[in-house]
Amino acid sequence: MADYNVMELMICTAARELEDGASIVVGTGAPNAAAMLAQKTGAPNLVIMFEAGGAAALVPEMPISVGDSRTTWKAVMASGMCEIMETCCRGMVDYTFLGGAQIDMYGNLNSTRMGPDHQKPKVRFPGSGGANDLASFCWRMIVMTPQDPRRFAEKVNFITTPGWLQGGDSRAKSGLPLGAGPYKIITNMAVMDFESESKRMRIIAINPGYSEKDVQTNCGFELLKAKKIVENKPPTKKELDILREQIDPYRYVIGR
Amino acid sequence: MEVLDQGIGRIFTDPDADKARAFFRKKSRALVPKVMTVKEAVEKFVHDGDYLCIGGFGANRIPAAVCHEIVRQGRKNMGFAGHTSTHDFQILCAGKVFNRLDIAYIVGLEARGLSPNARRYMESGEVEVSEWTNYSMSVRFKAGAAGVSFYPSRNVLGTDTFKYSGGKVIQCPFTGTRYLACPAIYSDVSAIHVHEADIYGNCRIRGITVSDLDVARSTKRLIITAERIIPNDEIRRDPSYTSIPYWLVDAVCEVPYGSYPGNMYQEYFSDEDHLREWLKVEENPDEFKKFLDKNIYSCKDHFEYIEKNGGMHKILSLREKEWLFKKARD
Repeated sequence: MADYNVMELMICTAARELEDGASIVVGTGAPNAAAMLAQKTGAPNLVIMFEAGGAAALVPEMPISVGDSRTTWKAVMASGMCEIMETCCRGMVDYTFLGGAQIDMYGNLNSTRMGPDHQKPKVRFPGSGGANDLASFCWRMIVMTPQDPRRFAEKVNFITTPGWLQGGDSRAKSGLPLGAGPYKIITNMAVMDFESESKRMRIIAINPGYSEKDVQTNCGFELLKAKKIVENKPPTKKELDILREQIDPYRYVIGR
Repeated sequence: MEVLDQGIGRIFTDPDADKARAFFRKKSRALVPKVMTVKEAVEKFVHDGDYLCIGGFGANRIPAAVCHEIVRQGRKNMGFAGHTSTHDFQILCAGKVFNRLDIAYIVGLEARGLSPNARRYMESGEVEVSEWTNYSMSVRFKAGAAGVSFYPSRNVLGTDTFKYSGGKVIQCPFTGTRYLACPAIYSDVSAIHVHEADIYGNCRIRGITVSDLDVARSTKRLIITAERIIPNDEIRRDPSYTSIPYWLVDAVCEVPYGSYPGNMYQEYFSDEDHLREWLKVEENPDEFKKFLDKNIYSCKDHFEYIEKNGGMHKILSLREKEWLFKKARD
């Protein structure tokens, strides 16, 4: 078995979710690394877009910003925020990869604040950026995040970005586009999806070296369990070579 | 139209389209030279209390010279559109320029981390905030550009972002679908950095345009900084490249390397060493004060700032980096 760290495992797991010919909007860091890896392995025709306007770039190295010149390198179009978001809202973008400071059992994300006073927050985070928009519009939202009980919270301090809201049919009733929503949560320990009726988070795969108990202990709410929980496949040597040599040679992301 | 739900956030700009039309009716259409220095442009067009928009994307194609000049001239009590704002936001926070803020993305510099000084300012309670998202702010500019008072969108619904926004939930008269109504922003003043402009303000932008074409059209006064001024003949030779026409523009300032330390598409990459230094020095307020004295308050203009941070040697290495030339990567 190849030697790898948890960041490399999460990126490889996320990359395998993307089928050839799909479209995705990504941010910087791990999401971008996963999309680039997919493009260099199982999904050479993956359409990678960036919210600032870059469309179908052949990203040459890790961008620092979703609006820097790497996001339009050999792209088919350099457009703008509305063009990309409208493409998402029209239903032509299959995936988005997001992160966040906190996540709850319905996949709602907080990246706005901690503390009760909105005008004088205890900790101020950046806010939505494009996360709320992408989670509203893209068919499948995938979240990549390390797992601990504070991050996976019973109740998030602020719903910045919609998951399945309060579960059940609450998202459909809100007016958000039908059929889009959280799809999978990829952590250092496991892969989760959402049970189809309650829309609660459910363990479907566990990473090598972890147990169901580890996953539950590092989560602030009760996780559902799929009938059959599989062991997630470790990264292959080919995936790791591409990731380390071509995508992130300076270890900006995989060195974290 | 029935309002089904509404956020508690304040709307800092008047979305009334007829009031905006009354302003635009009187805006000059004269084809006259508008070339001036950044200092003159900020003195003339940026006032205390104005609502401000900054073009570009945080540390990409930003009018950095205008941001510095606003801080240098000590503007206060402004409103600001915190839309895709990263290093521009960091500069304006250093001068505590604004006290009310529409938030889509603030405080962070994307993969570079969070700004300690911007966080201190935002956690102080001195700034009144409304929550939005990148796209909802984009459509608020789009509504302004179209000369209407709101624009419908399908994001934000059902979240706390909605609860703390100034948006309203309405129903489509054709399908019954619920929409977020985003109020138009007709800003007082905006600044946009472009690749090329003529002396009248006809502009060419290469690479992504973010929301700038709508920002330019919805603002009442517009300052353009340009990498280079080109002849009007060149604009007229092929008008298909013009994305901001002169009648939107109030000032044209030639500022080569005007996005520094930000990235400028096909010109130069961002100065990551300097941006890292800026984030680091903000951890210590005394050190940060010295840093600002050196880099903003004691500088006459943008070129003195660049000189202090490596001058043309630095610029040349950033130009190589932009094109991924071998030398710059090693």
